[in-house]
Amino acid sequence: MRPLLARILLLIAGLAVLAAACGESRPDEIVLMTHDSFAVPEETLLAFEEDSGVAVRVLPSGDAGSMVNQAILTKDNPVADVLFGIDNTFLSRALAEDLFIPYESAGLDAVDPELILDPQHRVTPIDFGDVCLNYDKEAFGPDLPPPQTLADLTDARYRGMLVVEDPASSSPGLAFLLATIAAFPDDAAYTWTDYWADLRDNDVRVEAGWEAAYYGSFSGGSAEGDRPLVVSYASSPPAEVIFADPRPDEAPTGVITDGCFRQIEFAGILAGTDAEEAAGEFIDFMLSTTFQNEVPLNMFVFPANRQATLPPEFVEHTQVPESPRTVDPELIAENRNEWIQTWTEIMR
Amino acid sequence: MRRRRLGTLALAALPLAFLGYFFVYPLVSILIRGLAPGGDFDGAPLVDVLTSGDLRGVAWFTLWQAAASTALTLIIGLPGAYVLARFRFPGRRLVRAAVTIPFVLPTVVVGTAFIALLGPGGPLGVDLRRTIWAILLAHVFYNYAVVVRTVGSFWERIDPALEEAARVLGASRWEAFRRVTLPLLRPAIASASSIVFLFTFTSFGVILILGGLQFATLEVEIWRQAVGLLDNSTAAALALLQLAGVGLLLAAYARYQERRAVQFQVGSTRTTARIPATPGAKLLVAGNVGLMAVLLGSPLAVLILRSLRSSGRFTFDFYRDLGESAGSVLFVPPLEAVGNSLRFALTATIVAIVVGMLAAAVVAYRSGPLARGFDTLLMLPLGTSAVTIGFGFLVALGEPVDLRTSFWIVPLAHALIAIPFVVRTAAPLMRSVRRRLREAAAMLGAGPGRVWREIDLPIVRRAALVGAAFAFAVSLGEFGATSFIVRPDAPTLPVAIFRLLSQPGGITFGRAMALSVILMVLTGAAVFAIERFRAGEAADF
Repeated sequence: MRPLLARILLLIAGLAVLAAACGESRPDEIVLMTHDSFAVPEETLLAFEEDSGVAVRVLPSGDAGSMVNQAILTKDNPVADVLFGIDNTFLSRALAEDLFIPYESAGLDAVDPELILDPQHRVTPIDFGDVCLNYDKEAFGPDLPPPQTLADLTDARYRGMLVVEDPASSSPGLAFLLATIAAFPDDAAYTWTDYWADLRDNDVRVEAGWEAAYYGSFSGGSAEGDRPLVVSYASSPPAEVIFADPRPDEAPTGVITDGCFRQIEFAGILAGTDAEEAAGEFIDFMLSTTFQNEVPLNMFVFPANRQATLPPEFVEHTQVPESPRTVDPELIAENRNEWIQTWTEIMR
Repeated sequence: MRRRRLGTLALAALPLAFLGYFFVYPLVSILIRGLAPGGDFDGAPLVDVLTSGDLRGVAWFTLWQAAASTALTLIIGLPGAYVLARFRFPGRRLVRAAVTIPFVLPTVVVGTAFIALLGPGGPLGVDLRRTIWAILLAHVFYNYAVVVRTVGSFWERIDPALEEAARVLGASRWEAFRRVTLPLLRPAIASASSIVFLFTFTSFGVILILGGLQFATLEVEIWRQAVGLLDNSTAAALALLQLAGVGLLLAAYARYQERRAVQFQVGSTRTTARIPATPGAKLLVAGNVGLMAVLLGSPLAVLILRSLRSSGRFTFDFYRDLGESAGSVLFVPPLEAVGNSLRFALTATIVAIVVGMLAAAVVAYRSGPLARGFDTLLMLPLGTSAVTIGFGFLVALGEPVDLRTSFWIVPLAHALIAIPFVVRTAAPLMRSVRRRLREAAAMLGAGPGRVWREIDLPIVRRAALVGAAFAFAVSLGEFGATSFIVRPDAPTLPVAIFRLLSQPGGITFGRAMALSVILMVLTGAAVFAIERFRAGEAADF
């Protein structure tokens, strides 16, 4: 018994010393809470570990809404040090909950100031993408050109062609609703509720999520559905090229640049972290070109850092809308529930 | 009497502790969080929910679609259970393993197959998309195995001599079934129904993808509130409503179950299964296997075809390329995903079997209000919304040991959902062991341990294997709370499929389908292997 007991005591003592050592110096590891669509190569995260001596453990936490709510529910005892993937539609709510510690990264110099939505730098923009209407090139031609504007979609010529996502259950669905609210505001003669009533009368189809809308209902590219117009991303056409075998010269789908909504994704240091310094370094790293260069082909969004290199296949097939619609995050937080409710009543 | 009570307590201790810590505590924590945000109880969201006409409609729809789905699954599943229990035919074991496959497939994947089949261009020729029929059919697709396996494993234990005796005494075939077999089967039918009911009562993906805007269950509404609108108060009020409904139904069920249990002489599968000899029997077997092929097989066939087709030609590319990254980390190496899935499933199955079998013993051997309450508690996780459980874990399991980000969180969540299956398959079988058989053994000098070993154990083992197959399948398919908890970055097959489906492109879609087929094969193989166990051990009887 004796030697065993001694050994156990020694082990406990050893662990205690180890724990004390960890407490005072840098952490071995920081935890990154993110949504399920987060993707960068393993080597990228290893590069950070090599430079800083701090490993990154990734915690996928469901879709963006699920992730934000989980961060809110655990804010007194956070599960992670850094959160990545909160977008401008959820931003105000998260800021109101005091989820983040301010941190102004030096890397922000290289970022378009329009992406910096929080002047206190509680969150840092990492990437952006546009939710846009996509069309199936095969379905349109000289007889019937693809629609050019949001208003065209209520035209009888495009009847029964459009599929959208439910804004209550889908992030691109909400983005598209916001784009229509920006285009047909409440104080106009023709409001977004009128617009959606017209879309409904023009036989728009609503799917619960992007997967069902794109793969199930859309007819373009790799999809097998029956509708040539879908709410997707400006970066969907390049994905149709890059993830096709053999690669076509031209994308089988196109983007309608009117009525796009810009989604900006942010990262922030979670309040309550005991690794604030290392977390700040990781935010810097996420803005560095090492990380930013990987963003386009792994997550199919644009890097926030203007110095990042864009892969040619990404640039060639992606159309960037000149003036994407936006809605102030504050306004979104205030009205989100009511807008979704009103929309549901119109469409049900 | 006291010793008996102590014995029960000893059996119930582990399941009670498990459910207390991993279900009741998280559940209460998240409800308090939602309904008493600042520490003071706020009844307003509860009143809002109870007085809202829309939500009354949602509650009513939730109830009736679950009842209709359960009835339809029983009507279609019972003949299948009969055929698989009573007849021996080539490929029977394979069929029995294969019916479990739908059970594990992610709804996103099945949804696209259903949309293809139920659209105007599908084989039915009518457009059933966005109708209640699409939902009901999908529910039958998912739950068919529950009826076939739960009732079937019981049915094959019923000695056909009982029914034959009734026939000799002049009863018609139907009368013999109705008056002899049906009463004996009732506990198993009730068991299967309760699981199917709970599963469809909390249906989520099927409703969202196939139902469209006009259909919503409480589960969907809770999810919309919590994840779409970040409104934890309304979500908690709805969750409480859902819980109350499920609790009431389960309590009524437990009472019924206790009154109806019948003990009988168990027979061996060797004697109860026969080769279909008459044209009628052959037709019955062929008809049911054909039905399974159409109902369960056609959506699976759509997935297989899609995994083998690329720009209009047949190819194995999607399988061959699964290991390649194609420049993106979207692609989880399939071997890694399979490994993760198996590791989680094995752990979850072991936990579910240990906890579930102890619990089943309590449910089977004890009666009274306490035992009924215990039974209801065991089933509740199946009737609780996944969001509630997932978020509850986060709120509650941070201290004293932070389990929230550990490996264990996933198998524990799976086990919670799998335990009801283990209990529901094991308890009716355990209950059916004749008390007189036990008494006779005791009279012949066997001690309680030996009685249990010789009389109960063979049956218990069979029950455990049926339960294990389900537990394994539940975990492989990642049902329930796991989509709403932070997970260790160990992508399972369903997670890898979701990742692929998050980007457009022929390769991503094709590979997602290929991974789905791998998930199907893996499930079939695992269940088949467990079945082999079962067959090998039939000689014990």
